[in-house]
Amino acid sequence: MNHLLRSLAPISDAAWKELDEEATERLTPALAARKLVDFSGPHGWDHSSSNLGRTAPLASAPCDGVTGLQRRVQPLIELRADFELSRAELRDLDRGAVDPDLEALDTAAHQIAVAENTTVFHGWHGAITGIEEASPHERMHLGEVTNAYPMPVAGAVERLLQSGISGPYALALGGEQYQRVVETAENGGYPLLEHLRKILEGPIVWAPGVKGALVLSTRGGDFLFESGQDLALGYDGHDSEVVRLYLQESLSFRIATPEAAVVLDP
Amino acid sequence: MGFDQYHEPPDELPPATRTFARLCASLTEEAEAIGWYEQRLAVETDPEARAVMSDAQGEEFKHFSMDLEFLLRRSPAWREIAQGVLFQPGDIVEHGEEAEAEALEGEAPGGEPGSLGIGSLKGAFR
Repeated sequence: MNHLLRSLAPISDAAWKELDEEATERLTPALAARKLVDFSGPHGWDHSSSNLGRTAPLASAPCDGVTGLQRRVQPLIELRADFELSRAELRDLDRGAVDPDLEALDTAAHQIAVAENTTVFHGWHGAITGIEEASPHERMHLGEVTNAYPMPVAGAVERLLQSGISGPYALALGGEQYQRVVETAENGGYPLLEHLRKILEGPIVWAPGVKGALVLSTRGGDFLFESGQDLALGYDGHDSEVVRLYLQESLSFRIATPEAAVVLDP
Repeated sequence: MGFDQYHEPPDELPPATRTFARLCASLTEEAEAIGWYEQRLAVETDPEARAVMSDAQGEEFKHFSMDLEFLLRRSPAWREIAQGVLFQPGDIVEHGEEAEAEALEGEAPGGEPGSLGIGSLKGAFR
């Protein structure tokens, strides 16, 4: 048994399998950052920091004739989303129910995916610098007219090219903007989604948690997501009515090339 | 007629192992044929000949896939590793290492028992 304490939960193996599958099914479409940035790991729950390859000076040394430096590291952060499931629903799941009420798990999965996206794309004050915070480019604006999105997106691509950042380029769209793009056809009926894909020569990703949109290069080597413990379901406790569970992960995020992304405000 | 697929004396091998070895040999032959057609198609300019060879290569794709599926059904560890590698987006080597660890060392993908094993989704776009 590890720190997730899953074997202490009053949950059958079959029900754990269902819960893991449900969580994976809900998480995968929403984990936008992992679709666009480099991923390293998972390195395990006991992995606590990322190597920055940098040092800080030390004021003094233990003896004369020796100098010292202190290595700098980036601590990993932990994300956790708690939720409760009805034990009666879990018993029904074991009986073969095909429609168990797992809404609380679905909500937690969405919340932690939003938190992961927000951390990578916008940052977490004091803990992680996000792509938006690091980008040195002047921010662009999507504007109110969805049909006009190709202009700022093409502008962002041009800005990346001017900076020597090669493609393919991707567009991470916040929930509202993604819906607007999918619903929109340009004059003549050509889907806006396809027009944007042709400009980017890369993917367009639904990124819940993103405010507006970002255009970024997916050539690799610019953005690094380092996973300690990858997303997992753990057990917290139970009573006669409910089981308290959580979704958890640990991660760090580093940016090698801040110029490789342009922010598009809503 | 040779029996090169047997590395050990055939009389000492159980029938299931002989069948397994035959299909391994067949898998190798299909892969070789795929490679041969790939080379021929790369140099052939006659469109009709290309169409025939392209169709033939498609047959070899099918034969290879059937052989592989048979072997995976008879080898649970191989099947488990293959499930972690085949048709997965992301880093092939990383998936291979994780799948091997899970199948042969009892370690779950994702580095920790209980992990959902989601990992990188780069290339999995929607």
